[in-house]
Amino acid sequence: MSNFFSKAEVTSSGRPVFLRNEVECHLLSGVDLEPEDHHHFSPLKSGIFILTTHRLLWLPSSSATTPTSASAIPLAAISHIFSSQKSLKSVFHSPRIRFQVLVSPDGRVFDPGSGSGSGFSSGSGSRSVVVTAVVRGKGDCDGFLVKFWDSWRTRAWESNETSGSGSGTGLASGSGAGTGTGGGLYSADGSVRMVGVAGILRKEQEMWESTDKSLQDAFQDLNALMSKAQEMVKLAEKMRQKLLSGTGSQTSGTNDEDMGSKEEIQDWLLSVGIISPVTKESAGALYHQQLSRQLADFVTTPLERAGGMINLIDAYCLFNRARGTELISPDDMLQACSLWEKFDVPVMLRKFDSGVMVIQNKSHSDEEVFARIKSLVTKPEALRNGISPTDAAMTLGIAPAMAKEHLLTAESKGLLCRDISPDGFRFYINLFPEIDPCNIYFVKDYGICSTWIKAVSTSG
Amino acid sequence: MFGIEVIILISSLRFRLEAENFSPISIYCEGSTCREMQKLGDFKLPHFFNYPPYFTLQPVRETREKQVQLWKELILDYCRTQKIFVIKLEEEFPLFSNSVIERTLSHEAREAFLSALAAEGRAEWLDKGHRSCLILWHRIQEWADIIVNFVKDNGFEDSVMTVEEIRFGIESRRTELHGIDRTILMRALKLLEQKGKLAIFKGTSTDDEGIKFSV
Repeated sequence: MSNFFSKAEVTSSGRPVFLRNEVECHLLSGVDLEPEDHHHFSPLKSGIFILTTHRLLWLPSSSATTPTSASAIPLAAISHIFSSQKSLKSVFHSPRIRFQVLVSPDGRVFDPGSGSGSGFSSGSGSRSVVVTAVVRGKGDCDGFLVKFWDSWRTRAWESNETSGSGSGTGLASGSGAGTGTGGGLYSADGSVRMVGVAGILRKEQEMWESTDKSLQDAFQDLNALMSKAQEMVKLAEKMRQKLLSGTGSQTSGTNDEDMGSKEEIQDWLLSVGIISPVTKESAGALYHQQLSRQLADFVTTPLERAGGMINLIDAYCLFNRARGTELISPDDMLQACSLWEKFDVPVMLRKFDSGVMVIQNKSHSDEEVFARIKSLVTKPEALRNGISPTDAAMTLGIAPAMAKEHLLTAESKGLLCRDISPDGFRFYINLFPEIDPCNIYFVKDYGICSTWIKAVSTSG
Repeated sequence: MFGIEVIILISSLRFRLEAENFSPISIYCEGSTCREMQKLGDFKLPHFFNYPPYFTLQPVRETREKQVQLWKELILDYCRTQKIFVIKLEEEFPLFSNSVIERTLSHEAREAFLSALAAEGRAEWLDKGHRSCLILWHRIQEWADIIVNFVKDNGFEDSVMTVEEIRFGIESRRTELHGIDRTILMRALKLLEQKGKLAIFKGTSTDDEGIKFSV
């Protein structure tokens, strides 16, 4: 009796294995499948009922006592779906879905893939059985019914057989329209014939037009998009396969054009955000490597102008402006900078405590900067009023944001002290180390404190 | 050479029996270097009182530790010489502002320094919200010792005095006890009571609380 249904494959975690291009549409739980009369199959109790684009699946629930295997009814075998009858009785019952299934002569559900059905028509002496699905669990029965109708009418399983001509994407080497046998531009049935150079051009044109149309269709209707998504995924897969096979083959006879186009394809994939699997073995994508070197070269001039240190954001803006049209994303920039560690370039990326990231020369020395800051901050004017990041920027010849980072670093090393007031954020030379808490009125004669006192007292 | 006069308004002191008008701050500069310290009343200020970073809570740990240390000393010194026993954070406190350099300690900074004092037992928060702080420039034990000495020096070993007499009586004028904060005095007296050196008994009103010494 359990031989009535087709067998449905199930994964180790209990999910059904879908056919190629099969998509799940709806799921109901707590469903019993009952035949109109009991000699076709014994009822299946309390399972999970799944509608897909190709089949109806019934999976036993995990609490089933008798081990029943998962069952399937191909949608192709369904000859009729009954509309839901609303009667007084149906108010009290669980909702029911009734449909008619074609039965092959050996008492099993008609299986269109079994090869015995080519030429099988529904009228030639086949029997059919009405199956009722009783929905005892909570679920959207009406929604299920609507989708059931949709899937059944769409006949997605049929497009499988004709999928060879379905890839209307212009990038793949499609076959295009058939070549006519006679001469002349117009073939016997009136369609334009593809002949000569004009024909080639026209063929190309048509391919592009169909791609365009395909894209337009895809975007207009979300449902259509779902089906086109299949094609897009296939296209991406094809690309991947091509690239993989290209690098896998060791033939030295590969001509340069092929290699060039492979890299181009890689570039294209990257530009839409697809990371090519080919590049995982190398140190990042070739694209990023090249970018990294280019960036290192480019950044030397602005670095000089900016005094040896430049904000990453500023560098990004400058670089993109220089590139003109092929702009890079911030992510690419970051990747390129982090690759510098692997190469021998004279620049490096540095992150300050405050989170600010800068590009600086490898030859840059913090000590030297601190020495310059110290000499700046011990001038009489600076002793009296301190220095602001702007003052430091002007003296050190770097951007104010960079100067502030340096001042903060110097502060954390104990060289400077901060002073926050309505006048703003300023830094003074650090006098605290020289003050003796046990003798707070004492001032050493030649220390920084006495220099400070002198400077402060002679102000006008 | 120049002189600057600045008037400071005080509003948070509790008892000043010896009424004193605060003299203005004066800076005297003689010669090419300034040797005179700034004054706050008759309190001599250290030179770093004019160092602006002194009034900004420093983030760097080592610098902060030094800064806190200096402020703790300064606060205790000032309160001792000016006989200030309570600091209220939300009111103006002359030590926490320097009008010459136009800097004032933020609330956060004040709380940080006073909490540091409290952590070493030199101050006590009077409320949970940290708005009012008792300054113990003498620890309670030290006050207790001062009371004992006061009693012995004046021959009060077996006599009775009221609390107010201890605080404002003629005998206490020559001692540090004069004008002492009532809360602190009561704590010290209770400490001595526990040691059996005296007995506190209530009078008809709180002002009449009496102490019987048995030192």
